[in-house]
Amino acid sequence: MPADGIPADLDAFPKLLARNARTFGDRPAYREKEFGIWQSWTWAQAKEQIEALAAGFAEIGLAEGDYLAIIGRNRPYLYWAMVAAQHCGAVPVPLYQDAVAEEMEYVLEHCGARFVVAGDQEQVDKVLEIQSRLHHLETVVYLDPRGMRNYDHTRLKAYSDVQAAGRSSAPAVREAIAARVARQGPDDTCVMLYTSGTTGKPKGVVLSNRNIVATAKASADFDKLSAEDSVLAYLPMAWVGDFIFSMGQAYWAGFCVNCPESPATMQADLREIGPTYFFAPPRFFEGLLTSVTIRMEDAGRAKRRMFRSFMDLARRVGPAILDGKPVSAGDRARYALGEALVYGPLKNTLGLSRVRVGYTAGEAIGPEIFEFYRAIGINLKQLYGQTEASVFITQQPDGAVRADTVGVPSPGVEIRIDENGEVFYRSPGTFVEYFRNPESTASTKDAEGWVATGDAGFIEEGSGHLRIIDRAKDVGKLASGALFAPKFVENKLKFYPNVLEAVVFGNGRDYCTAFINIDLTAVGNWAERNNIAYASYQELAQHPKVYETIAGHVAEVNRSLAEDPMLAGCQIARFLILHKELDADDGELTRTRKVRRRIIEEKFADLIAALYGGRDSVYTETEVTYEDGRKGRIKATLAIRDVAAAPLRKAAA
Amino acid sequence: MTPAVAAEAAPGRRIGGVLMEMRNITLRFGGVVAIKDISFDIREGEIRAIIGPNGAGKSSMLNVINGFYHPQEGEIWFRGEKRGSLRPHAIAHQGIARTFQNIALFKGMSTLDNIMTGRFTKMKSNMFWQALWKGPAEKEEYQNREVVEKIIDFLQIQAIRKTPVGRLPYGLQKRVELGRALAAEPKLLLLDEPMAGMNVEEKEDMSRFILDVNEEFGTTIALIEHDMGVVMDISDRVVVLDYGRKIGDGTPDEVRSNPEVIEAYLGVGH
Repeated sequence: MPADGIPADLDAFPKLLARNARTFGDRPAYREKEFGIWQSWTWAQAKEQIEALAAGFAEIGLAEGDYLAIIGRNRPYLYWAMVAAQHCGAVPVPLYQDAVAEEMEYVLEHCGARFVVAGDQEQVDKVLEIQSRLHHLETVVYLDPRGMRNYDHTRLKAYSDVQAAGRSSAPAVREAIAARVARQGPDDTCVMLYTSGTTGKPKGVVLSNRNIVATAKASADFDKLSAEDSVLAYLPMAWVGDFIFSMGQAYWAGFCVNCPESPATMQADLREIGPTYFFAPPRFFEGLLTSVTIRMEDAGRAKRRMFRSFMDLARRVGPAILDGKPVSAGDRARYALGEALVYGPLKNTLGLSRVRVGYTAGEAIGPEIFEFYRAIGINLKQLYGQTEASVFITQQPDGAVRADTVGVPSPGVEIRIDENGEVFYRSPGTFVEYFRNPESTASTKDAEGWVATGDAGFIEEGSGHLRIIDRAKDVGKLASGALFAPKFVENKLKFYPNVLEAVVFGNGRDYCTAFINIDLTAVGNWAERNNIAYASYQELAQHPKVYETIAGHVAEVNRSLAEDPMLAGCQIARFLILHKELDADDGELTRTRKVRRRIIEEKFADLIAALYGGRDSVYTETEVTYEDGRKGRIKATLAIRDVAAAPLRKAAA
Repeated sequence: MTPAVAAEAAPGRRIGGVLMEMRNITLRFGGVVAIKDISFDIREGEIRAIIGPNGAGKSSMLNVINGFYHPQEGEIWFRGEKRGSLRPHAIAHQGIARTFQNIALFKGMSTLDNIMTGRFTKMKSNMFWQALWKGPAEKEEYQNREVVEKIIDFLQIQAIRKTPVGRLPYGLQKRVELGRALAAEPKLLLLDEPMAGMNVEEKEDMSRFILDVNEEFGTTIALIEHDMGVVMDISDRVVVLDYGRKIGDGTPDEVRSNPEVIEAYLGVGH
C-alpha cells in the first residue's frame, strides 16, 4: 500500500509479527512479572506462542469474520490472543475488565462474540452469569486456572489446553491459517473497541488495519520510537491508547511491552522496568506528585530545604534546559548538581529515570503539575485524541511543549473548527464506522470523512497549537446569558491536591454551584498532621476545617476566573462536599473516570435543589454498589457553604 | 455470593475419611473445667467450624488440637494414630499449622520474610550452611522461595511483598498470617477467628481465600469464628460449644435448626 507509505507485507499484525521475529528475533517482545521474577519472551518466542494459540483457536472453531472478546488485565497472553485472533481472520474485541456483567452483556451481544478469552475466574464468573442471555456465545477460554477446577467444563476451555491443541494440530490447520493471513489487507478490520459511553450505550468503533498501522507508523516516526524503547502496559486493554502503544507502535517499531505483576504493584514494577516511553492520565501524575509532596513534608528539615531550593531552580531553568533553550552556564552547573542530588534520585524513585517520551491526555493537567515533571527533566508532553481517531489528533512536538495547549495536528491529520467552536478532524486513522450503528456513524462522520470531536476549542494564533475549552455540548449559558463552561472550572478546582473530583452546575441558572469530592490521601494526611480525628470518609468530608480549606480553594478559583471577562460568570457561589467518592460502579463516572454529568444531575437532584434553595445543610440517602455487585445505602447530612464572588478584574492586573 | 460458590464447588471436592478425632476430651485449669467430655472428628478435605458464645471453650479446643494444652482426660487421634503429649513444634512437623486470633507476625519483617518463616519445618540444612548461604542451603532457599512466591500469588499480596507487616492494615496482616500457615503445607490448618475485626469486604475476601485454599490444595481446615453468617456459608460441618460442653454437631442447616444452639448462641430472642 504505497499510498500510505505502508508496504503490503507489513499492513496487518500477523505480518508485522513475522517481520519482527525475523528482524528482532532475539530481542525481548514481552515481559511479565510473575512469582516475583520478570519472565520474558523474545519476538521469536512470541511468534511461536501466538501461532500455537491461533491454531488452537482454529481447532475450536474460530472462523474468519468472527468476533473474539478479551477480558482481563494486561498480560502477554491476552495480547497474544488478540494477534492470534487476527491470524484466524477474526476480530479481537477487548473489554474493560472492571465492567459489571450487565455492561458486558450489551457488548458481547452487540458484537455477537462466539468466543471469549477471560483472564481469570472473576471474569469467567461474570460471563457465566449472563450466558443464558448471550445467544452467540459458544466457548469461554480462561487463562488463570485458579478456582476453575470444579466448574462445568462443557463450555469452558483452559488457555494452555487450547494452545497445546494448536501445537499438535495438523499441518493443514497451519496452512489454512497462513492462507487467512495472506488474504488480509489494509481495509480489513484490525480491532473493534467499545467507547466507554459518556452518554447512552457503548458504541463499537471499527478500526481497520490501515487506521492502526498508518497511525502507529506516523506516531512512531514523530517521536522516533525504535526497538530500543520499552513501555509498561498497565492501562485497560479495551482503551484505544493501550491498543496503539502496546500493540500498534510496539509491533511497528518492535519494542518490548512490559506487563505488571498485578494492578497494585504497578508503581514498583514501573521502577524496575524504567520504561523509555510512557503514557499516563493526568490523574496518575497528580497522584504521584501528591505522594511526593506528602513524603517531603514528612522528611527532615535539611532534606526539605534542599528539595525546596533545588525545586525552585528546576522550575526556573528546568523546562528551558529540556527544550534546548539558552540557559546561563552557572544555572546549568547548579542544575547538574540538582540532578545528582535531587532530580535524579527522585526520577529513579518514581520509575521515570529513563523516560524519553512521556505523554498525558484525556483530561486537562494542572499547569503546576505539568511543569513539575518537565522541571525535573522528564519530557512530558500532551496529546489530544479519541478512539475514533486511533488516538492521535494533535500532539506536542519536542521543544514546543506548554501546559495549556494540546499541541499541533499529528502527521497526516487535518483540523477544522466550525462556527460553534466545535473541533473537527480528518486523518488516516479515522475510524471506519460504528459497528451496526449507521445513524451514529452518519451523525459523527460526514461524507468527506470529517469527524466531530464533540469538544469546543480553538487554534491559537501564531503557534498553531490547539486549545480545548470544554465538551461542546456542556458549554452552555447562565440565566444572565454569560458563558458557562463547567469543565474549565472543574479542572481549575481539581488542580488542588485536596480536590479529587468536582462537578459544577449552572446551565440556565442564576449562579454556579459545585459538588466537591475530597482526595482522601491528601486530606487524610493533612488531618493526621493537624490531629484531626475522623472515623470515616464521610466524617472527614464533613469536617468544618475541611470545608474551610475547600472554601479557600473555591475563592481562589473565583479570583482566577474573574481575570477572564468571558468566564467571570462561572464563579462558584455555593458548594458542598459529597459524602461518597464518585464511582464508575455507581454509574457516576465512565470507566475512564470522566464525570457523567446527566446521571449525577438525576441521582443527586435533591442536593442540587438544596444548593439553589438557599439552605445551609441537606439530608440525603444514596444508593451505592459494592464491588461484588450488591447494593447498599449511605445516609448523610451535608453542609452547604457560600463563597463570595471576586470582583471582575483585567487579566493584566 | 459465598453460599452459591460453596454449593457449586461441592460436587468436585472430595471429603475423605477421618483425619483427626477427639475422644472424650476434658481440659481443666485447676478447678475450672474449660472443656468437658467433648468428642468430635474432622474429616479429610472438609471445612470444620467450631462455634460458640464467649467462654464456650473454642480457643481452648483449638489449643488442644495444636498441642499447646494437654487435656487431662481423653484421646486425640491424628491420621489413624493416637497422639501422645507432644510439644507444639513437634505437632507442626506432623502437618498442623495455625493462625492466631491476635495476629502473631514479626512486625518489623517483610511479608516475604514472614511467610518464609513458615517454611521452617521444611528446611533441612543446618544453621552453619544457612549462615554461609552456599551449597545445599542456597538451593533449599530457592525452592522455598518458589513455594512462598506461589503463596504470595495465590493470596494476591504481590504488592506488599517487601513491606514490613507492621505497616499493613489489619485485614492484610491476617492474610499474611494465613500465608505463613500455608507455607508449612499443612494437612490440617487451624484458623482462630480469621475474620475477627474485619469489615464486610475483608471478610468476603478472607472467605474466598479459605474456600480457595480448601479447594485448590485440598487442605483440611478447622476454624473458630464468631461471625455466624460466615461460618454457615463456608463450613461443611459445625460443632457448637457452650460452657465447655458440646451442644450441637452437624451441617450448618442442622445446627441452625437445633433449638439448644439457637438458645445458647443466638439468644432466646431469635
